[in-house]
Parts: sequence; C-alpha cells; structure tokens
Amino acid sequence: MPNRSATVAAEHQPFRFSPAQSVGLVFVQTLFGAAAQILMKTGTTTVEGGGIMAFAVALVTNLHLLGGYALYGLSTVLLTLALRDGELSRLYPIISLTFVWVTVLSSMFFREAITPHKLIAVSVIVAGVAVLGGASKKS
Amino acid sequence: MFLASIIGSIAAVFLKAGAGRLHRNVSSLIFNVHLYTGVALYLLSSLFFLKGIKHGELSILYPMTSLSYVWAFVWSRMFFAEHLNKQKMVGLAMIMSGVAFLFAGTR
Repeated sequence: MPNRSATVAAEHQPFRFSPAQSVGLVFVQTLFGAAAQILMKTGTTTVEGGGIMAFAVALVTNLHLLGGYALYGLSTVLLTLALRDGELSRLYPIISLTFVWVTVLSSMFFREAITPHKLIAVSVIVAGVAVLGGASKKS
Repeated sequence: MFLASIIGSIAAVFLKAGAGRLHRNVSSLIFNVHLYTGVALYLLSSLFFLKGIKHGELSILYPMTSLSYVWAFVWSRMFFAEHLNKQKMVGLAMIMSGVAFLFAGTR
C-alpha cells in the first residue's frame, strides 16, 4: 500500500484553530463554565449535612453536581484547545467574562441581588485579569 | 474559601508539573503521578467550594476564586522561577482590590 505512509503523516498533522476560532471557543467556554457553577450551586442545596464527606459522596451521586463537573471539565478542555492555538493576551479578557455571567445568572436563578459593590468588584477583577493577560505578551 | 483557592492553585502546580512529563505514549499518561495529584487536589478544593456555595451567595463566592490567579503567581515564582513584571503586579493588585470590594459589600 503505497499511500499508507502519506495517510499516517496526515493523521499526525495536528489540527489548529484560527485566532478567530480560538476567541469563539473561549467565549463558548465561559458560558459552559458559568452554567457549571449554577448547576453546582443547585446541586449543593440537596446535599444533607455540611461535612466534606457528604459533599464527596454527593459528587458521585448528585445529578446536578455531576452535570456541573462534566460541564466544568468540558469548558476546561475547550479552554486548553483555545490556549494552545490562540494568543494568551487576547484570550484572557474573554476568559474573565465567566465572572460576569455568574453574577447575571445568580441573580436570575437564585435571586441574588446585584449590588454596587458586586458590580465594581467584578469590573475591577475582569479588568485585572485582562491586564494580567496583556502582561504575558511582553514577557 | 481561602482554603479552597489555595488548594486549587497548588493543584494547578501539580497539573503543570505533570503536563511537562507527558510524552507521546499512553504510559506517560497512565503512570503520571503529578497529573493524578493535580486532579485529586482540584477535586478536594472543589469540595470546600461546594461547602461554601451551599449557604453563601454564588455571585460573591465565585468571583473570589479569582484569588487563585494571585496564588498561582506566588507558586510560579517559588517553583518555576517565573518572573513578575510591573504589568503583572498591576493586574494582580486589581484582582485583589476587586475581591476586597466583595468582602466590603458582604458586611
């Protein structure tokens, strides 16, 4: 089979995302990451007792928690793929959008108030992560 | 919550050390103690996080996980000798002041 070596070489050529695809990937990843947090919080409400062992058991029996961890894992894989191909300084600001989504979703699902303190805190943290990402460009 | 962020960042250190030992074969993945330690520590830290969000507000506690960036830099400096430039310090200071705002708001 003369074509075999060519086929193997093609399989070893790793797939790469374009810069725009990396940005899109990270954006989707932030939504998954935020949804994971909401599932995890929902899951904890049905955990009886507050001991660490109770949570460890719930980790493998509670559907909301399992779903939350699965989504978290998925978002981590997407982030890793995006970070492999994209530029860190561009992606960091998008990563920190998770903080914004969690604040909005917490207000929607758990009726947590969006206070001025939270707004300022989340803005400063998002900006701080962006600055941190920008720093990686020069070093 | 502080405890969770500290353990979580130590987990990241082990994951990085483990990833550095990955090669193109399966055994380097299966017998990678550093990766397992990293994943186990992450799970442990998340148990403390779950304990926290059961009663606390998610919109206050989740942003506090940004402190893990701060810890990550502390450990990176100690174990991987990564340097800290001025812009990184500014970024870290902003994250810390953001978390301080959250604390101030809970009173």
